[in-house]
Amino acid sequence: MAGNRFVLEIKNLSKAYDDKEVLNIEQLSFRQGKIYGIIGPSGAGKSTFLRLANLLEAPTGGVVNIHGKRAFPNGADAFRLQREMTLVFQKPLLFKASVKDNVAYGLKARGYPREEIQKRVKALLQKMGLNQLAERRADTLSGGEGQRVALARAVAFEPSLLLLDEPTANLDPSNVELIEELILDLNRSAGITIIIVTHNVFQAERIAHQVLFFFEGQVVEVGETEQIFQEPRDPRTKAFIEGKMIY
Amino acid sequence: MLQGIAEAFYLILTFDPKLWEIVLLSMTVSGLAVVLGALVGIPLGAYLGLKPERQTRLVSKLLYTLMGLPPVVAGLIIYLLLSRSGPLGVLELLYTPTAMIIAQFVLALPIIAGLTMIGIRSRGQEVQETARTLGAGRFLTAWTVVRESRIAIFGAVITGLGRVIAEVGAVMMVGGNIEGVTRVMTTAIVLETGRRNFELALGLGMVLLVLSFIINSLLYNFQGGGRNGGG
Ligand SMILES: Nc1ncnc2c1ncn2[C@@H]1O[C@H](COP(=O)(O)OP(=O)(O)OP(=O)(O)O)[C@@H](O)[C@H]1O
Ligand SMILES: [Mg+2]
Repeated sequence: MAGNRFVLEIKNLSKAYDDKEVLNIEQLSFRQGKIYGIIGPSGAGKSTFLRLANLLEAPTGGVVNIHGKRAFPNGADAFRLQREMTLVFQKPLLFKASVKDNVAYGLKARGYPREEIQKRVKALLQKMGLNQLAERRADTLSGGEGQRVALARAVAFEPSLLLLDEPTANLDPSNVELIEELILDLNRSAGITIIIVTHNVFQAERIAHQVLFFFEGQVVEVGETEQIFQEPRDPRTKAFIEGKMIY
Repeated sequence: MLQGIAEAFYLILTFDPKLWEIVLLSMTVSGLAVVLGALVGIPLGAYLGLKPERQTRLVSKLLYTLMGLPPVVAGLIIYLLLSRSGPLGVLELLYTPTAMIIAQFVLALPIIAGLTMIGIRSRGQEVQETARTLGAGRFLTAWTVVRESRIAIFGAVITGLGRVIAEVGAVMMVGGNIEGVTRVMTTAIVLETGRRNFELALGLGMVLLVLSFIINSLLYNFQGGGRNGGG
C-alpha cells in the first residue's frame, strides 16, 4: 500500500438502471491528500458515482481499485476496503439514538475499546461545536446540527477517503462556513482525501484542489480548480460554471 | 346477573385454582406461540422489508391474506396435519398444548412478519446503507435495522399476541378443550356458557379483558413513547 499515491482509481466504469445507462466514465484517479470537487447538473450521475466508489452498489461494468487493491470486480477484500472510506449521503440518516451514540457507531463497529471511543467522541463533539448536544436524540436536531453530526460520525474512525454528497445543501451561511472549515481542517491536519459533490460551484472553487465536471453520466472535464474556473476547455463546463447552462 | 359478576370477582380474588390454571395455560400457550412467531417473523419481515418492493409483491399479498386467516381454518390445517392419519400423526401431538402452540404460531407468524415488513420498508434500506458506510458488518447491520424499527416491531409482536390470546377456533380444534390439559380461557368461556356456569365464564371473560387491556396499554404507551423520543 505504501508508495501508492492513488486512493481511488476507476476504469471504464458504467452503471445502468433498467437498461438506462446513467454513468459511463473511462478513467479517473484520485490522489491521496487532495480535495476533489464534483460539479454538474442534476441527474448527471454524481451521487451514483459516490455510491459506486463506496462499493454500496456494484457497477454494471468496469474496475474499481482502492489503495491500489482490486475492489471490483472480484474484490476479495471489498469489505475491508469499504471500511477505509465512508460516504455521507445527500440526506444523511441519523440513528434514533443520542448524538453521542451516533458519532460512536463506526468506532463500535470496528471494535475500539470503550474508553478510546469515549475519548474520541468527546474530542470530536468539542471540535464540531456539538458538545452541548451530546445526549440529545439525533432525530430532534435542526438541519445544520444534523449535518454536523453526520460529518462527525463519518470522520470519527478516520477514514482515508471521505465521500461527501452535498454536505451543505439547504444550510444557512454560518453552517456552510463551519462545515467548509471542518472539511479543510480534516484534509490539512489528518491528510484525508475528500471527494465532495456540490451543486454550488463557488463552494467547489473555495475548497477543492481539483474539479470534475459531470454531465449526462460522463466526466466532461477534469482539472486544477483554477484552470477549470479561469479557462474551461469544454464549452459545456464554461456554460455550467457561468450559470448559463439550460437543462 | 349481578350475582354472577360478584361470584366471578370472588373466584378471581381468591385465586380459584381451577380458574387460574386456565389463565396460566392461556398465557403460556399464547406467549410461547408469539415468542416463536417473533423469532421467525422478525427476521423474515426484516428480510422482506429490505428487498425492493417490486421483488416482494407476491409474498406481500400472500402475507396480507394470511394475516386475516380465520383461526378455524388454521386449526383445521394443523388438525389435518397432526391427526392420527395425517402426515405428522406419529408425533401424537393432537389435543396437547404443543398442538395449540403450533396453531397459534401459524396465526401469529404472518401478523408479526407482515407488520415488521411494513415497519422496516419505510426506512430500512437507508438504515442498512448508512450502517454499511460506517463499516458495520452483516450482523451489526441487521441488528441496526431491527433496532431502528423497534417501535413498529414491538407493535407487530403485541398485535400478534392480542390476536392469538383472544382466538378460540384454532385452540378448540387442535386442543380439544380437555379440562386440566388443553382448556384455555376462550374455550372455557364457550364451554361454561353452554353449561350455564355464567360466573366462571364471566370471571374468565374479565381476566381476558384485563389482559387485553394490559397488552393494548403497553402498545399504546410504547408507540406514544416512541413519538416523544423515548423507547
Ligand atoms: N436506484 C435508481 N433506479 C433508477 N434510476 C436511478 C436510480 N438512482 C439514480 N437513478 C437515475 O440515475 C441518474 C443519475 O442520478 P444521480 O442521483 O446520480 O444524479 P445526481 O447527479 O446526484 O443529481 P442531483 O444533483 O439531483 O443529486 C438520474 O437520472 C436518476 O434518476
Ligand atoms: Mg445527487
